[in-house]
Amino acid sequence: MSEHKHEPVPYRTFILIWIALLALTAITIAVSRVHLGPLNVWVALGVATLKSSLVLFFFMHLKQETRLFRLGLLVLLVILAIFIGMTFIDTLYR
Amino acid sequence: MSIEHRDDTGDRFGMWLFLYTEVILFSGLFILYAVSLSRFPGDFAQGSHQLNIYLGSINTIVLLTSSLTIALAVSAIQMNRIRQCLTLCGVTVVLALVFLVNKYFEWSAEISHGIYPGSQHLAEMGAGVSAFFNLYYFTAGLHGLHVLIGGSLIGVVAVLTARGKITSERYTLLENSALFWHLVDLVWIFLFPLYYLIL
Repeated sequence: MSEHKHEPVPYRTFILIWIALLALTAITIAVSRVHLGPLNVWVALGVATLKSSLVLFFFMHLKQETRLFRLGLLVLLVILAIFIGMTFIDTLYR
Repeated sequence: MSIEHRDDTGDRFGMWLFLYTEVILFSGLFILYAVSLSRFPGDFAQGSHQLNIYLGSINTIVLLTSSLTIALAVSAIQMNRIRQCLTLCGVTVVLALVFLVNKYFEWSAEISHGIYPGSQHLAEMGAGVSAFFNLYYFTAGLHGLHVLIGGSLIGVVAVLTARGKITSERYTLLENSALFWHLVDLVWIFLFPLYYLIL
């Protein structure tokens, strides 16, 4: 198999991503101090999902990897959705 | 002349497969958290208020920064900047230690307040608060174990880099250790708001 090397990601890109991650952390903390009822959890999860995508696609080089790596992630997310869905169908309708 | 078999992409995909299973492992705990939260929303908020939001936030910044330094270390080795790579690995290990020391102070304070799995104090506060703290200790404990493993792994990789076993031509071990370290960061990204920040 021919080895195709990734281009090194410039330091600047990683530092910008890091700043974005810190800003999103500040946002989660700020929003969590305001009473929004059940919406609080959804905002927290939304921001956490956004932060994870930044980590996955940039820090973990998912952007540079072949399609197989993203397909694996997609399969994982589908499995999790089934796992979560079936658990709640059980616990909410007992 | 011997022909060496080598498949860096395969090596990385193997690591990713392992990380997918790690996500499933932690997801089990997060699903347990979600089910318990929907059963005891008030008790979970009460439990969350007793966690130290400052230590939690500091540890979030520490982990995000360590994720940055190890990502930079991979770029450094790709550009053959060995000294920079070693420094960045060193900083990552130090940040991992800072995280664990904070955790030690945080847990010591909580345990001295009588908050630990199976304690009398927790039993008096009711099933919901007990469930919150049992899950908190288990999830954060498992995460802490991952910090310890990841930090040690990066330490070993730094030694191998210094000895010239990991080079700008062959650095999959550093890349895979970095991937593991980013997973540790990913888990904390969900753990922190869910445990520390509920109102």
